[in-house]
Amino acid sequence: MGRPSRRREDPRLLRGEGRYVDDIDLRHQLHASFVRSPHAHARVISIDASAALERPGVRAVFTGADLVGEIGQAPMVWHPKDTEVLVPDSWPLLRDRVACVGAAVALVLADRRYEAEDAAEAVEVGYELLPVSAHPLEALADDAPLVHPEFGTNVCFETSMGGGDLDAGFAEADVILERTIVNHRIAAVPIEPRGALAEPRGDRVALWTSTQNPHLARTYITRQLGWDEDRLRVIVPDVGGGFGCKANVYGEETLVCWCAAKLGRPVKWIESRSENLISTNHGRAQTDEVRIGARSDGTITALQIRVIADLGAYHLMFTPFIPATTAVVASGCYAIPALRTDTVGVFTNTFSIDAIRGAGRPEGAHIIELMIEQVAAELELDPVEIRRRNFIPKEDFPAQMPHGPVYDSGDYHGSLDVLLEHLDLEGFRRDQAEARERGVYRGVGFATYMEACGIAPSKIAGPSGNGLDFSMWESAVVRVGTDGAVTVQTGVCPAGQGHETTFAQLVADRVGTDPSRVKVVWGDTDAIPNGMGTAGSRSIAVGGEAAALAADRVVAKARQIVAEVLEASPEDVELADGRFAVRGSPDRSMTLTEVARAAYITDEMPEEFEPGLEASCFFDPPGFVHPFGAHAAIVEVDTETGRIEILRYVAVDDCGKVINPTLAAGQVHGGIVQAIGQALLEKIEFGPDGQPLTTSLLDYALPTAAELPDLELDRTETPSPVNSLGAKGIGEAGTIAGTPAMVNAVTDALRPLGVEFINMPLSPQAVLEALRDGARDAAPSAS
Amino acid sequence: MPDKRHVEVSINGETYSGEVEPRLLLSDFIRHEAGLTGTHVGCEHGVCGACTIQLDGEAVRSCLLFAVQADGRQVRTVEGMTEGLPEGELHPLQQAFHETHGLQCGFCTPGFLMSLEPVLLEEGELTDREIRERLAGNLCRCTGYQNIVAAVKLARERVSAPASGANED
Ligand code: FES
Ligand code: FES
Repeated sequence: MGRPSRRREDPRLLRGEGRYVDDIDLRHQLHASFVRSPHAHARVISIDASAALERPGVRAVFTGADLVGEIGQAPMVWHPKDTEVLVPDSWPLLRDRVACVGAAVALVLADRRYEAEDAAEAVEVGYELLPVSAHPLEALADDAPLVHPEFGTNVCFETSMGGGDLDAGFAEADVILERTIVNHRIAAVPIEPRGALAEPRGDRVALWTSTQNPHLARTYITRQLGWDEDRLRVIVPDVGGGFGCKANVYGEETLVCWCAAKLGRPVKWIESRSENLISTNHGRAQTDEVRIGARSDGTITALQIRVIADLGAYHLMFTPFIPATTAVVASGCYAIPALRTDTVGVFTNTFSIDAIRGAGRPEGAHIIELMIEQVAAELELDPVEIRRRNFIPKEDFPAQMPHGPVYDSGDYHGSLDVLLEHLDLEGFRRDQAEARERGVYRGVGFATYMEACGIAPSKIAGPSGNGLDFSMWESAVVRVGTDGAVTVQTGVCPAGQGHETTFAQLVADRVGTDPSRVKVVWGDTDAIPNGMGTAGSRSIAVGGEAAALAADRVVAKARQIVAEVLEASPEDVELADGRFAVRGSPDRSMTLTEVARAAYITDEMPEEFEPGLEASCFFDPPGFVHPFGAHAAIVEVDTETGRIEILRYVAVDDCGKVINPTLAAGQVHGGIVQAIGQALLEKIEFGPDGQPLTTSLLDYALPTAAELPDLELDRTETPSPVNSLGAKGIGEAGTIAGTPAMVNAVTDALRPLGVEFINMPLSPQAVLEALRDGARDAAPSAS
Repeated sequence: MPDKRHVEVSINGETYSGEVEPRLLLSDFIRHEAGLTGTHVGCEHGVCGACTIQLDGEAVRSCLLFAVQADGRQVRTVEGMTEGLPEGELHPLQQAFHETHGLQCGFCTPGFLMSLEPVLLEEGELTDREIRERLAGNLCRCTGYQNIVAAVKLARERVSAPASGANED
């Protein structure tokens, strides 16, 4: 553990021998293409497939009417206690009415992909347009068009979380600031879009799908189809990135299974990039109205947030749950005595919001990290100093927060100290002042973040707690074969994170063998009966812990075997340096390979000995883990063009014990760049009629290498007490810290020009507008 | 049924021939007709670069070409990079990606390799900025590009000083 081992998945991926879902072609497979609504809200009057059916290669066309009694409602798995959540009807092919662009209404199956796509265009759908609410704030107006008229409201749910005496907190404050922070809608954009291929196999169906979550796919697809769970085998090939959007179970996956079973032929669907931008879940999409109170020394006394969460029209699996998690991390690293978050989920005539890397926590961190610097500016305090004044002190961990959560461990001063060592803040302030003289505007922005991950302790997140419909334990099997080689089966499911390498490292470490002798198996529900997949930075802290504990059970049995063979007592057998040795007599020892032989060739073992050397473990964590860290961005803003250049980006992250530092750093790189993308470039946009305006990568701009600096990374290490590895999570950290660091830096750069506050995305146009407004506000005679 | 045309395309030195619709994309020909699935498709509109191959030695996006446009021409794909190397060995650029952790999900990787292979042979020093500009035509959502820059630097060092080419896994 803790070693930067190279990845064993690399060679095949580098040679072009990876196997992603579209790389699999089966004989006689049919290709599916979807007919999707071009309207944000319409009644479906008629569907005429006759012309499509005449086209070459077309084998079938299905519409919502064909699914009645065959396929149930799309799954939504969050039913919080004491909160009513409205759940609109939603099927994989909608009937009667569509409430967003991109919702599927028909499916064409043809021999070849091009034929299916042509025929889909030939399906004639008659629509009668209905009024549209495309924006959440407009959707909340009294006379707003209803996204789902049957509910009589666009409010899907309202929920609150808080603690402490808010009135007292604000009464104590010397200054109270109010801001409206927009966390705009983004897309995850894995470079591999989604895709699924289903093959009938006798009574059963095998589904290859590009997912983070094979077991949830098995459960919810079979539930929708009314099948026994075991009828479906879900296999996950190589996955070209997930970032949350592949944690869902989508209607397309259910439909290819149903079609394959019905027609007796394999059915394949590969998402196009425009489909990916239009009808794979979006994320964020919050408008956050924030009120914060502080004493003149910078001590925060109260925080109140109203989260207006755009949900889109239909629920995917976790849609209402995502914004509700913002409240959990709302106070960040700070000991704020009173806080309250009221969240309102709003239906709009747009595609669904769900998890994207961070999933509710980036929004929370963005709020508090922007506000702390707003307060600092208002009180003319140093942004570093104000943080130090409010940090939860190291001695307080595990820290019970007034709004409920218990933070496992932390050293917020520690990571900020290391950041400052790298940053040379004084030097930068001098440089900043000098540059200003020359009309060059530079700024530094900080983000000291804290997040909650390692989903999930079932007592907190499960049905009786925060209302997920299931428990998110993780399972693992560790098996030592007759030759001493080790196999680990895990229920987590990587999409590029390198679990094949890290799980081998951590299990090898526990059982005393070399990682090269450990094989890792995942992503096949027939091989691994139980799992909860990869999401919410849970793979190591929950899945890795399950594997480690299973390995410990193997070791316990190995010690018994060694004791038997070497005639010692099991308590006296120690595992060190790859050998099981009898304490005090190091010459009496066995390797794991020798132990394995004794475990399987058992003629000399006592009667009651059970052959074999394997163990399984389900791990339900006792609490969440709370990674944290300190990031800083230094930017230069061109006040003529509005262009932002990132001069430096420094990140110090603490995710507890690390299995493989190289891979951990890779996660941070990717996360930060995704955040920079949101801060500067990326935005999913709709017209007032609900038409998506960002339907290709030409309109939805991802960051490229050219506009990024070299990221400077460091770590501190504060182990988590909630698992034996001491591990937290690192997959989402960069995404959580990155946006506030960027926005704070730009605000710092432009403050001398009268810009006090600015919302993302910081496009050149947005910067120029802020400069114009800033100049106007600063002008004394402005009217 | 649209007219079909006969094409013969040399891919990594082997000839693949077939009757194809004029609208068949070269990326689809390579992947689904020739069965070489190392070339990936991430957008089909020329932005992501995942489908990059080399056509007569030049890096191009195979989703922006029709198969018929490659008729009689030489295509090189990621599968060709290790040809002629001893079993188990990687091309210096692939090896550098491996050593610098220049890939995560690997979906964008073949496109980067095809785009960047010619960069190894560029004369003179390249600054990090210049390397970043060479990368800017390919999108990666996992790595943040940093370790890809490092891979290019390492591979260029090794190629210009071939004796030091350590090549263990
Ligand atoms: S698939 Fe060709 S550029 Fe994206
Ligand atoms: S490694 Fe995943 S997109 Fe580049």
